[in-house]
Amino acid sequence: MSEEVKYILEVNDLHTSFFTENGEVCAVNGISMNLEPGKTLGIVGESGSGKSVTAYSIMQILAETGKITSGEVKYCGEDITKWSEAQMTKFRGSKCSIIFQDPMTSLNPVFTIGSQLEEAILLHTDKDKKQAKERAVEMLTLVGVNEPEKRVKQYPHELSGGMRQRVMIAMALACEPDILIADEPTTALDVTIQAQILELMQDLQKKLGMAIIMVTHDLGVIASMCDEIMVMYGGRVCERGTADDIFYRPAHEYTKGLLRSIPKTDNMDEKLVPIGGTPINLLNMPEGCAFCPRCDAAMKICLKEKPEEYRISDTHLASCWMNIKELYEAQGEGKNE
Amino acid sequence: MEKDLTNVSTNETEDILVVKNLKKYFPIKAGLGGKKMTVKAVDDVSFTIKRGTTMGLVGESGCGKSTTGRTILRLYDKTEGTVLFNGVDVHSLSKKELRKLRTKMQIIFQDPYSSLSPRLPIGEIIGEAVREHGLVPKEELDDYVTKIMLSCGLQPYHKDRYPHEFSGGQRQRICIARAIALNPDFIVCDEPVSALDVSVQAQVINLLKDLQDELGLTYLFVSHDLSVVEHISDTVGVMYLGGLVEVGATEDIFENPLHPYTKALFSAIPMPDPDMKTDRIILEGSIPSPANPPSGCKFHTRCAECMEICKTQVPEEKIMENGHMVRCHLYND
Repeated sequence: MSEEVKYILEVNDLHTSFFTENGEVCAVNGISMNLEPGKTLGIVGESGSGKSVTAYSIMQILAETGKITSGEVKYCGEDITKWSEAQMTKFRGSKCSIIFQDPMTSLNPVFTIGSQLEEAILLHTDKDKKQAKERAVEMLTLVGVNEPEKRVKQYPHELSGGMRQRVMIAMALACEPDILIADEPTTALDVTIQAQILELMQDLQKKLGMAIIMVTHDLGVIASMCDEIMVMYGGRVCERGTADDIFYRPAHEYTKGLLRSIPKTDNMDEKLVPIGGTPINLLNMPEGCAFCPRCDAAMKICLKEKPEEYRISDTHLASCWMNIKELYEAQGEGKNE
Repeated sequence: MEKDLTNVSTNETEDILVVKNLKKYFPIKAGLGGKKMTVKAVDDVSFTIKRGTTMGLVGESGCGKSTTGRTILRLYDKTEGTVLFNGVDVHSLSKKELRKLRTKMQIIFQDPYSSLSPRLPIGEIIGEAVREHGLVPKEELDDYVTKIMLSCGLQPYHKDRYPHEFSGGQRQRICIARAIALNPDFIVCDEPVSALDVSVQAQVINLLKDLQDELGLTYLFVSHDLSVVEHISDTVGVMYLGGLVEVGATEDIFENPLHPYTKALFSAIPMPDPDMKTDRIILEGSIPSPANPPSGCKFHTRCAECMEICKTQVPEEKIMENGHMVRCHLYND
């Protein structure tokens, strides 16, 4: 099939829920996205928007209370949500791997860097111990860790934050996956170290050709890294499109608000325009558009009905009633709303 | 000494805060029974802040920016140097005098989750210090708290609620209300928006700016978020390994950074604009340990323009045009 070549990963109408004592929390509520091989997709949103849960759902590494309730995740055309645990174990690491936000806690403190790297290699490839050792050193060299022969014998606490994140990247890439999911990879790091890590990821992408899903709340990181961007709020996609679409032609009120509220070079002397209200509580979701309680432009329909995804251009989709209203107005129909 | 006390409120100079050669060293022990060492967290820092303005302090984690803020407030005792607040040396005051001065200098912490007592209703959190210091008559306290809450965008009927009932942004408003309730002149804002969501950050920044205009507050704004600092500050100081490498007006610093570290730091900020592909200066390695800082200019190990002299000699302060201070051998000729 030609589609198989086009998208390495396709997510269709994915729903993920957590079953808590206080009831079902629908953390991901109908997400669809496509990822082309070798491209970078950015998922941006506030805490609680469901961006990390989306990433974990793809890998199926949700907490015990979490479950994919409907939808499909297609890897090269095959729906992996139907796969057995054994198949998934093979998928993780060798086809798709993940780096987490906090390099301090995601490495095991009682094993050396080398043994943790080798473990991943031995598990997912048919290399023997000696080859795995060589591969570990090779990977550390690739991610720019100095004196790799010495580092493999060291423990995580002996390395700095930036170095640990490099080790995490080396571990994730050791089996040459097709997809790398980076869940807030630089949030815990300083800007100078962040720049190093982002540069490294872009370099490695050029060399190894993997696709990256970048999950972050930092619009700056997204702008410099991603080909395509998906903006999430309250477990739903607000808007998706190319970086230019999102930053220069935002169509969803939430994206517009977000871009207005961050200090930039062109609004230094002006007052920031914040988004009012507080971030959403997933236990208490509004009936209509998730962003509606904080939206300045909210209309009657926003309260009652979920907006459908509306295609603005070939690359640009948004779920906001405003766009449909504008469409009506453009068509010259006097009555709307 | 009593005379000094009256001076606290009357001695209003243009420079509200003068910090001279401030040093703060922490003793540490390397391992069990290891040799004693000192971490020079703040090493010879000098700057002044004009009344009613905001000074931003930026740098990587571990560069001593928070320690500077706390040593100024005497939350830590200094090792050397002087801190003059309204002309009074903060570190020479007795306990009693310091207590009186505390109402004039306040702090807002980074984490609004751990800096509020979970067992006190927020009305009490905001009013407690006011009552302790006897700033308002007892019977007016309740009205006073209401007034403060309104000015910080909090609903007065929330007075009896506990901190866990509020979101991060609301909690940071409570922290701000607690600080301004004492009617201070000067507030150290220690990463006040770092723990907040992007959409809420702007609310808190705007609140801080509004309160400054209204009450004529002076801020020392400590943050690693450079765009926030650029937005809120009048002057900016850049710190590296315990020392200030560059100080100047915000426009000068951001448009014409002089020190190689400042240049690298600013070029590393990811801009929320896909077309702005800046030439990033990628610094090699990470910040050296402050327990064992490099000789000469502390930045020389990561500096692209390092010269022989940098390895041995500490650069002196050099004042360029517009009072723009830089500590770098490149400008010493």
